Amino acid sequence: MFFRKKDSDRAPEAAAPPAAAAKAGDGTVSVSLTVNGTPVTASIDPRTLLVQFIRENQRLTGTHVGCDTSQCGACVVHLDGRAVKSCTVLAASVDGGKVTTIEGLAKDGKLHPMQEAFREHHGLQCGYCTPGMIMSAIDIVNRKGTNLDEATVRHELEGNICRCTGYHNIVAAVRAGAANMSSSRQAAE
Amino acid sequence: MYAFQYHRPQSVADAAALLASDSEAKILAGGHTLLPTMKQRLAGPKTIVDLGHVAELKGITKSGNALVIGAMTTHAEVAGSEVVRGAIPNLARLATMIGDAHVRHRGTIGGSVANNDPAADYPAAVLALNATVVTNKREIKADDFFKGLFSTALQDGEIITRLSFPIPGKFGYAKFAQPASLFALVGVAVAQTGSSARVAVTGAGSSGVFRQTAMEGALGKGWSAQSLAGIATDAGKMMSDIHGDSAYRAHLVGVMAKRAVAQAG
Repeated sequence: MFFRKKDSDRAPEAAAPPAAAAKAGDGTVSVSLTVNGTPVTASIDPRTLLVQFIRENQRLTGTHVGCDTSQCGACVVHLDGRAVKSCTVLAASVDGGKVTTIEGLAKDGKLHPMQEAFREHHGLQCGYCTPGMIMSAIDIVNRKGTNLDEATVRHELEGNICRCTGYHNIVAAVRAGAANMSSSRQAAE
Repeated sequence: MYAFQYHRPQSVADAAALLASDSEAKILAGGHTLLPTMKQRLAGPKTIVDLGHVAELKGITKSGNALVIGAMTTHAEVAGSEVVRGAIPNLARLATMIGDAHVRHRGTIGGSVANNDPAADYPAAVLALNATVVTNKREIKADDFFKGLFSTALQDGEIITRLSFPIPGKFGYAKFAQPASLFALVGVAVAQTGSSARVAVTGAGSSGVFRQTAMEGALGKGWSAQSLAGIATDAGKMMSDIHGDSAYRAHLVGVMAKRAVAQAG
């Protein structure tokens, strides 16, 4: 299984200097991208999925692998400002891109308004789908604005599956988080 | 996933050269069909040519009486485009119905058309709108392009560069989505140009997208949902699976066609 390698099996790309590993003909590909504002360059196996790169190379394990078949949305991150399923993107394709993961949301020790809303409304039970839910919720706000009705939220969350909650509190959290994003934007102006 | 060599060309010419030099190379567009297929080891291309960095394959323009969409334009870009909404509004609406928001941010029109999944949405629009598939080698009319399940007129190494849609008088698309996959159980696209009508059906046919010519004749005589009353679709040519048998799909073709005409106005 691709995602359950032992540490001893792991390719040494995280530690190796990119220039040394990227020599022609060794089967690797060089990729440079920004992860949560930090520029990253690595030499990777072309098969590396973006979610693997984030979890195993960058060691940011907030982004989850749920179904690994682009159905469940646990792996959603923002790529150049848009929500994507990182289990269905090659890391090599993201060269030059800007990736934001759940770890990139909180600023100065303060939760993002959408994270705060999930906490306040208990929009989770086991929490496995939550990072993807929150990244999707912010994407919904980016596309649909901060005043979201319930039907819109439920429809827009069709790419994110939660097997615990029945969605009720998630929908409440997304709506509240959207409204909070509106007030925090106004406060910033 | 099996190992592969990866290339990230910046131009169609470079991509074509890479494809020409390697008969086992496969094109990667948005990757939302190819990558899942590779993960399941149902496909194991030796080489991947990623078109994601070829800027000339992106973009939407209106050129004379045609709406021209670059092959690497995503579903979300089509859905949100003022140019598409102005020229063929229900084509933008069709794009909003593909998959979920995350899929629409990656999936591309060229990839969808090249893959020709029998339940994909775009092939119905391409066929009903009598669009032209433009490649790096030639132009292919929609009627000559779709060749059956996952099969097209594309040759090895041929790259779709753009799709050119003649702007019709009217266009509508109605889809009965399979609720888990969001693919079309049945989707019907209808278009009227002058007094002639074209009707294309996806999701239903056992050979993929097809034209419903009896409905085209009826709509050519009178463009209204009522004109379609009593026009049957041959259940013998429909797919049948756990989600719907062939008789059910044949019936849904009629229902969706009427809805599409009503939507088209």
